[in-house]
Amino acid sequence: MNAQSTTPVGPPLWLLAELTYRCPLHCVFCYNPVDFAAQPAELDTEDWLRVLRQGRELGAVQCGLSGGEPLLRDDLEVIVAEARRLGYYTNLLTSGVGLTPQRAAALKAAGLDHVQLSFQDSTREVNDFLSHTKTFELKHRVAKTIKEQGWPMVMNVVIHRLNIDHIDRIIGMAVELGAEYIELANTQYYSWAFINRDQLLPTREQLRRAEAITDAWRARLGERTRIFFVAPDYHEGTPKKCVNGWGSMFITVTPDGTALPCHTAKMLPGLAFPNVRDQSLREIWFESEGFNRYRGTGWMKEPCSSCEHKERDLGGCRCQAYLIAHDPAVADPVCSKSPHHASVLEAVRRAETATAPQVVAQPLVFRERTESLRRVGQPG
Amino acid sequence: MTAPSLESRPHVGAGFRLQWEPAQDCHVLLYPEGMVKLNGSAGEIMKRCDGARSVAAIVVDLEQAFAAQGLEGDVLAFVAMAGDKRWLAWE
Repeated sequence: MNAQSTTPVGPPLWLLAELTYRCPLHCVFCYNPVDFAAQPAELDTEDWLRVLRQGRELGAVQCGLSGGEPLLRDDLEVIVAEARRLGYYTNLLTSGVGLTPQRAAALKAAGLDHVQLSFQDSTREVNDFLSHTKTFELKHRVAKTIKEQGWPMVMNVVIHRLNIDHIDRIIGMAVELGAEYIELANTQYYSWAFINRDQLLPTREQLRRAEAITDAWRARLGERTRIFFVAPDYHEGTPKKCVNGWGSMFITVTPDGTALPCHTAKMLPGLAFPNVRDQSLREIWFESEGFNRYRGTGWMKEPCSSCEHKERDLGGCRCQAYLIAHDPAVADPVCSKSPHHASVLEAVRRAETATAPQVVAQPLVFRERTESLRRVGQPG
Repeated sequence: MTAPSLESRPHVGAGFRLQWEPAQDCHVLLYPEGMVKLNGSAGEIMKRCDGARSVAAIVVDLEQAFAAQGLEGDVLAFVAMAGDKRWLAWE
């Protein structure tokens, strides 16, 4: 085991099971890998049940069932039932497509605890445009189905330049639909969102206004509805403590069984991530190089290693360091102390000066199978 | 929700689940995508909040279990706080 950190490694708390990369939506900000269409075969039911048991033995309590669209797995009910039986709090993260009243009843019977429903916008036009589907009315119907089953509902909306000015209406819609939690997740720029970054980055003024509107809603709603506003790190100059610390809380298992410390870590070069087909989650969590490499602070270079905030942000996000500075072991370039911070400022500056909408000048790239295969150089 | 009284019969709030976690060595409260670790006394109070027992009965039970006295104020204060956070609910 790598002895870079003196802090003992605790148990994982969160197991995110990405059951499939198949998805009926084609969102321009999707964090699934750009090469999702070229990924190997999905784990089967038995594999997932084993992973759930191993995760629970390690101490994981939250189980996220995600994708892609997890409802495309016809064994979802079996997986939920086992997760619930093992004592996980079970969270379904869905676009809503496929959540018929019949399927909802079956998932309720299997013990599903909560549903997080994504919306792309409060208007049909933008929702359907960004997801490249006609799903706006469907999502409204699904929200009703979720409430009829008595599930707590988190409404998740990824926020960016093209919908941020609708934030008042987005929150209003979530409240009308009965969401207990509203997650306004400013886009994080990885994968498809990184490709579309120039079209998605909001201006500082857009952000300031959105935060003010969010605060006003918070004051009005009190404890009834919680609103999370996931801060946009490009604009703030301070890195986030990504996944609450590498290998400290999260395990993501991708559709093919690769275990990752965060959903996007597979993009990092020079780091082999283990597969749950070959190793137990215990070995993976405690002993693998993939989970140990960036644990704690021992791996840091300057300016991180002598920084007073190194325990607070743990150097920020390794994927962002790789995407922008081309080295996963340097400071996250969103940090004002990073020598690569200028390129983040430049992206923000372009957002300030661009005349919206830019959609015409450079088309948005939709997350589609043919586009994915084109980008990895395989024939569709 | 009104402030709790000795007659209130609190239960774990909708969408929350209380359970003992060996890996954490404590009771935890689970909710969508989150977890609260409860300290010893919070866990002891919450596990008695079954919607059937009144706060008064919970106080008596705790005082017996821990050979303590005068817990009423602490229990009411905790129940009020937990109600604000929606961990507990009552009529």
